[in-house]
Amino acid sequence: MIEPFLLKAALAGLLIALIAAPLGCLVVWRRMAYFGDATGHAALLGVALALSLSVPPIIGVLSIASAMALAVTFATRRGVFAADTVLGVFAHAALAIGLVVAAVLPGVRINLIETLLGDILTVSGSEIMVIALGGLVILATLAYGWRGLLNATLSPELMAAEGGSLTRDKLIFTLSLAVFVALSMKLVGILLITAMLILPAAAAAPLARSPERMVMMTALIGSVSVLGGLWMSWEMDSPAGPSIIVVAAAIFALTGLWPKTRNR
Amino acid sequence: MPTNTPLIRAENLSVKTGRRVLLDAVSFAILPGEAISLIGPNGAGKTTLIRALIGTMPISDGTLFRRPGLRLGYTPQKLPLEQLIPMQVDRFIALSGERDKTRRREMLARCGAGGLQAAQMMDLSGGETQRVLLARALMRQPDLLILDEPTQGLDQPAEARFYQLLGEIRAETGVAVFMVSHDLHMVMAQSDRVICLNGHICCSGTPGMVARDPSYIELFGQCAGLAPYRHHHHEHCDHD
Repeated sequence: MIEPFLLKAALAGLLIALIAAPLGCLVVWRRMAYFGDATGHAALLGVALALSLSVPPIIGVLSIASAMALAVTFATRRGVFAADTVLGVFAHAALAIGLVVAAVLPGVRINLIETLLGDILTVSGSEIMVIALGGLVILATLAYGWRGLLNATLSPELMAAEGGSLTRDKLIFTLSLAVFVALSMKLVGILLITAMLILPAAAAAPLARSPERMVMMTALIGSVSVLGGLWMSWEMDSPAGPSIIVVAAAIFALTGLWPKTRNR
Repeated sequence: MPTNTPLIRAENLSVKTGRRVLLDAVSFAILPGEAISLIGPNGAGKTTLIRALIGTMPISDGTLFRRPGLRLGYTPQKLPLEQLIPMQVDRFIALSGERDKTRRREMLARCGAGGLQAAQMMDLSGGETQRVLLARALMRQPDLLILDEPTQGLDQPAEARFYQLLGEIRAETGVAVFMVSHDLHMVMAQSDRVICLNGHICCSGTPGMVARDPSYIELFGQCAGLAPYRHHHHEHCDHD
């Protein structure tokens, strides 16, 4: 007999793996892993501010992560530093500011370990509903803008020359990512949100011949990681979030050994 | 609309980022069917100008007029992300919005890339990539092709074949071409007009006129292997 809390954890994890698949592929294709970090790390500040203002944490996370995603998008547009430097500065500054604010704000008590590492095993039925609804919004938005997202990934100039809107593309991508951060924070923790995005996608990359196949393979690998990680957590009493990522990393190592199937 | 309405007309176009002036009061027009080459040293603002024409680089000053309904075809220098995103050639062409598979196949064949539909973009050679990019740009039946260094990284035979293809397509469709190029020989042979850019427009005109212009010689004359003729220059001109 499977424990109900384990069933809930599996359901929530599978939903997150599914939502993460198209976003994770876009992050990998666009070489924007640090962007995921910056947005994810901003979540801690969101939690702290939400608690001090007595609003639900998800509202705080959603606002701060969106603000961060937009700020980073427009800060990396031009400047003296390379994009990865700017993103690295934002990502780590956001985490540090969040830790400081969480410590000094009066009346704010944050379980840091839970916020940083997540706690998928205590997910509630209503939280699963929120994840499902939010995920539906993300997937529908990405599906609607998919051709534009692929074109902007291939070449922003090419997309603009063909009459596409880069601003729309940026808004779709950054806001979807911010919503994803808000939905997945509770499950995998803010330190490992980027891992949930990029590990399954990176593991799927050697196996796929088309963008959509890669998204499907990513969803599959993400799902296997979630179930494998929960099983590992149950058997070894290891923390669930990190266990999921460990399984994903193992799959990444395996698919990396895959003989290149691409040919003419 | 009269056919000699410019496709694009720039008047005193300037682009600045921070305190750096990338383009300074650039004025020119592209007429239907014209082949214009844009030449200039590295850092002259060639890519900036192309981005401004496409609309991905905000204009700081001046005006840019596009003929209403103008259809642009564009080929980037390369696809920076092609190493990571799995994509077959036919799908890449379809992303232009063309749904008819037969038309896609015919256009690839016309551009000398027939048989590549199922190949992965990342497996293409430099010359094949340029042909595929050209096929995608032509898919939209453009009035104007903007080509950003289409022969960069090609060996000389591949380069010659590319220019021959471009010449044939111009003859068939009457499309105007605005092309960034480094190969001065080809520029001289293939263009109706040449614009020499170095932040501002140093000189422009027919290839023969530009080749004799002192500011052109100042910029290119010293690399004798590339210039159309050897030149020992003493002229003084306003570039430093």
